[in-house]
Amino acid sequence: MLKYLAKRILYVMPVAFGVSLFCFLLVHIAPGDPLTSVLPPDASQAMQDELRKIYGFDRPLPVQFGLWLMKALQGDLGTSIATGRPVAAEVWRAVGNTLLIAGLATVIGFLFGCLFGFVAGYFRGSYLDKFASMLAVLGVSVPHYWLGMVMVIVFSVQLGWLPPGGAGPGGSAAWIWNWEHVSYMILPAITMSVIPMGIIARTVRALVADILNQEFVPALRAKGLMDFGVFKHVVKNAAPTALAVMGLQLGYLLGGSILIETVFSWPGTGFLLGNAIFQRDLPLLQGTILLLAMFFVGLNVLVDILQGLLDPRVRRR
Amino acid sequence: MSTPQIPTPLVKIENLTVRFRGAQTVHAVNGVSLTLEPGKVLGILGESGSGKSVTLKTLLRLLPESRTDIGGKVSVDGRDVLALNPQDLADYRGAVTSMIFQDPALALDPVYTVGEQIAEAIVRHEKTSMKAAMARALELLELVRIPSPARRLKAYPHEMSGGMRQRAMIALALAARPKLLLADEPTTALDATVQIQILLLLRQLQRDLDMGMLFVTHDIGVAVEVSDRLAVMYAGQIVETGTVRELIRDPQHPYTKGLLAANLHGAKKGERLEAIPGAPPALTEPPDACSFAPRCKFVQDRCRAALPPAVQLGEGRVVRCILAEQALVAAA
Repeated sequence: MLKYLAKRILYVMPVAFGVSLFCFLLVHIAPGDPLTSVLPPDASQAMQDELRKIYGFDRPLPVQFGLWLMKALQGDLGTSIATGRPVAAEVWRAVGNTLLIAGLATVIGFLFGCLFGFVAGYFRGSYLDKFASMLAVLGVSVPHYWLGMVMVIVFSVQLGWLPPGGAGPGGSAAWIWNWEHVSYMILPAITMSVIPMGIIARTVRALVADILNQEFVPALRAKGLMDFGVFKHVVKNAAPTALAVMGLQLGYLLGGSILIETVFSWPGTGFLLGNAIFQRDLPLLQGTILLLAMFFVGLNVLVDILQGLLDPRVRRR
Repeated sequence: MSTPQIPTPLVKIENLTVRFRGAQTVHAVNGVSLTLEPGKVLGILGESGSGKSVTLKTLLRLLPESRTDIGGKVSVDGRDVLALNPQDLADYRGAVTSMIFQDPALALDPVYTVGEQIAEAIVRHEKTSMKAAMARALELLELVRIPSPARRLKAYPHEMSGGMRQRAMIALALAARPKLLLADEPTTALDATVQIQILLLLRQLQRDLDMGMLFVTHDIGVAVEVSDRLAVMYAGQIVETGTVRELIRDPQHPYTKGLLAANLHGAKKGERLEAIPGAPPALTEPPDACSFAPRCKFVQDRCRAALPPAVQLGEGRVVRCILAEQALVAAA
């Protein structure tokens, strides 16, 4: 197990390096000069050069990358061109906010996805299965910004049960764990949960159907286990894959859905990323993407380790 | 007090029919009757699709109930198996009758250790603690002579060899001290060298623990090795039964004769083995004539007109063939 762990972590190194290189280059490939958004349109050539030097854009790309990477490893992602604040702090705050709703969304999505998936897999071909599968397909295919707007119209505007947007009455800085604040999370989290729910439900349904077709299931019955006993075995067999899918989904959601966070004005990573793109805020964009990519990589390692714990066959590979 | 008693049979199957519904109905078993005395071994011999495995699975009601019609009567150790309610059925499975499956690589759950799976069966039937069950699982692994059993207890199925897995499967089947052991081609998925070890082990355990055993196989050599009596199945019917000696020395049914002839023993190099021409019937209709008639060398018009009679040749010696009847009449 220890060897497996070390191997997984070692494998991550080149991936992380590649990801950071890609993040760095990505923004340089994109058209447009980041300085145009901060400089007045009539700025002189000397002034442009001056600023370019301050931000380090005048050096060759490999040097820029090396310096950027060195700093990034020390936790310094530079300063935002638009706001002048350190990128790291901005991104961390946004990540924290996104983590709140993404975590809740994943939990909701996982619970309901598993529920629908198990029911559909167990009663394959029945109306229950068709209903659950329909919900799953709906979850994957409904445009969620539209769903978000419908949710706001129904639950905030018409029913008045939940706030329509924002991160609490005092903004995200004054976040406290009470109902008044938590109520702001509910609508975006539910809207967000619809995607992982659909994907997990479909995965689990296929898994359960596959497991129930295996020969060890009649063998379990042959030794006298009843439905619940067999169910336990099905769950443990399905868990590694279901967890892997959940981990990936959490990774996607951590990137923050630009659309959902915009609909609900939730100050998360998606919101931040959207702003960074529109303002051509290069350091902020790079920092955000890098941190999110690292989260994704880390999450994958975590899922791999969990899978190894649950399924002995994975460890051998 | 010591009046000799006729032993009540451990297994008594009367006129069993099994039909699978689906796009096409399959008449898998068509009127099988058999009995097994406690502590004896009956080998059920037949080719693929002859209904031998289906008959075996009926004894544990392992066939998918929604798609299967079962007729006739099945009783094991005094229980009417087909009438058991779900709770009683689960109590019966494993504790009275248990099964060794063909491929242990598929029949063991890959994500639980062997010890956990054996202990699970013990806890299920004997209401002991997990710790006591694990101790007994270790004893069982010793009983089936797995090398370094304490280590194997914590092993996962994929960490064991085929022979060891089948030993573990046998230990699992013995976990709740069943009276009847069902073996569904338990050596087919194994290497030839391991096959004989497993056969000898099964035979010995069956004797030591005084269990009845139904042993299904398509391999006549294997059937002879472990069985007291044999039943030959063809197209969902038993065509001939008798002791091993009777069937080998004096086969009556043309199908049995064909099976024995299509054997490597006594074959000469360069000479073709004698095979039975043709293929078994599709079983989409219930038989209304002798199912073997299309492939039979001795076929007569009567064979195609009606089901052949079950001719009783002696105590527990039955042949379903007109030839046997004619021979009996001629002898009388």
